[in-house]
Amino acid sequence: MRKIIEPCGFHCIKMNHLGVRFGDQVILDDVNLHFHCGSLNAIIGKNGAGKSTFIRAILDDIPHTGEIEFKDTKDGHMQKLKIGYVPQSINIEKNTPVSVYDLIASYESNAPVFLHKSKKVYEKIKNTLAVFEAEDLIDKQVCNLSGGQLQRVLLSMAIMDEPNLLLLDEPVSGIDQNGMELFFQTMDYLKKNYDLAIILISHDLDYVAKYADKVILLDHATIAKQGTVKEVFQSPEFDHVFGMSSEEKWIREGEKNESGNILV
Amino acid sequence: MSQVTSWFDYNFMRNALIAVIIITPLFGLMGTMIVNKKMAFFSDALGHSALTGIAVGIVFGVQDTTISMVVFAILFALLLNKIGSRNTASTDTIISVFSSCSVAIGLAILSKGGNFSKYSSLLVGDVLSITTREIVYLVLIFIATVIFWVFGFNKLNAVCIHRTLAKSKRVPVSLMDNLFAVFVALIVMLSIKWVGIMIINALLILPAASSRNISVNMREYHLYSIIFSLFSGLVGLFVSYYTNVATGPMIVIIASVIFFLTYFLGNKIKE
Repeated sequence: MRKIIEPCGFHCIKMNHLGVRFGDQVILDDVNLHFHCGSLNAIIGKNGAGKSTFIRAILDDIPHTGEIEFKDTKDGHMQKLKIGYVPQSINIEKNTPVSVYDLIASYESNAPVFLHKSKKVYEKIKNTLAVFEAEDLIDKQVCNLSGGQLQRVLLSMAIMDEPNLLLLDEPVSGIDQNGMELFFQTMDYLKKNYDLAIILISHDLDYVAKYADKVILLDHATIAKQGTVKEVFQSPEFDHVFGMSSEEKWIREGEKNESGNILV
Repeated sequence: MSQVTSWFDYNFMRNALIAVIIITPLFGLMGTMIVNKKMAFFSDALGHSALTGIAVGIVFGVQDTTISMVVFAILFALLLNKIGSRNTASTDTIISVFSSCSVAIGLAILSKGGNFSKYSSLLVGDVLSITTREIVYLVLIFIATVIFWVFGFNKLNAVCIHRTLAKSKRVPVSLMDNLFAVFVALIVMLSIKWVGIMIINALLILPAASSRNISVNMREYHLYSIIFSLFSGLVGLFVSYYTNVATGPMIVIIASVIFFLTYFLGNKIKE
């Protein structure tokens, strides 16, 4: 992958009036966003807020309204947006005879993986895996990888054809605390050393607060609040979405009572 | 010696042997993807739709029922794909509904006037009935499938592993799904007359499932699957000739033995 020591900051991805509906149901309504290369953007929100739909709309996987523009703001010319996508999980169950090479080569090359291992493709995959220190995994069976290993493999695949936008869908599930820290450090490294913008759906608000440049809070199919970490986390909208409901308060109170040995 | 090779003097035995050599590797090849995509039920339903295809052919007065069978199966496969992709109910249930419905229509038409016994050979198949013309069909489908596999397998595998991810890499997802379904339909229909409706699915699934037990990558998976399929086919044909048992079931019995062997030895072999 072409490495640019500093992202240029002139590439800009604009989403205008993105909307998705299934029949009468509005899943995503009039989403307008703006991303620059070299930034880590986190999408947060409760389950069902439209996060995954948002990702699928960007990937053109579902019918949607609105458009996505990719512009070089320096000279204003439009380019075709290349997207690297890291899914939440993949359909490879136990005992599936698919090696890491087979997995990546199926997406990245035309050399039929059932026939032979192409030396050229093998080297290319190995080099990209090396970015995430995963080159030793290339001949391992995908179903035997740990959550963290699989994630590094999927990340390698996503950055293989030099995307302008890296899209990650809740990739942190099934990974321990150490793995999470490592993952966010990798994101940080990617945005500083490669010429791309990152959009990340995350449930882990602590890490989002620590690493994100921009936070987008989705609620009820639309953007409730967007801005810097501080702007979003201190907003009333954030409290409204993530604030403790009365039920949670009641449970917390109960826990306090138990630990304090005060029985009612 | 002359007794051992005596079967070769019969034209029908030669045809049967050629058919087995052509079609079993194809079963092994296609089976790998059917098992990975968990489409066992789909291919089973396709096999059963042969009855309806023949019935439709008879109703419309088609001379060669193979043609009506193939056309019906292709339409049926595309329909199942289309409905399955809508995600409204579980795919299993949908396939089951359509399959039972089509089988019932087929049986109803074929059994009209008490004539069903004429078609009962379709259930278990008869490898010795294969004609030279049908062998030509098999050769054509063999060539087409190999070409499809060489150029399309990576994309099929990509779609199987993750549809949205495949789409993000510009793989034509629905086109690949439909092409695969059409190929499965073609292969099933062109071999159903001599393999039989009851067991055709076993032939598609067993070699690939056995291979899955012992292989760690796609190359091993395909190689073993094809070898197992060809081996069961050849041994099944000879054993059935000498024991006077129907060929289809004999092939399936041998393929099942291979499955159980690989199942119990699988972990040892992998290590």
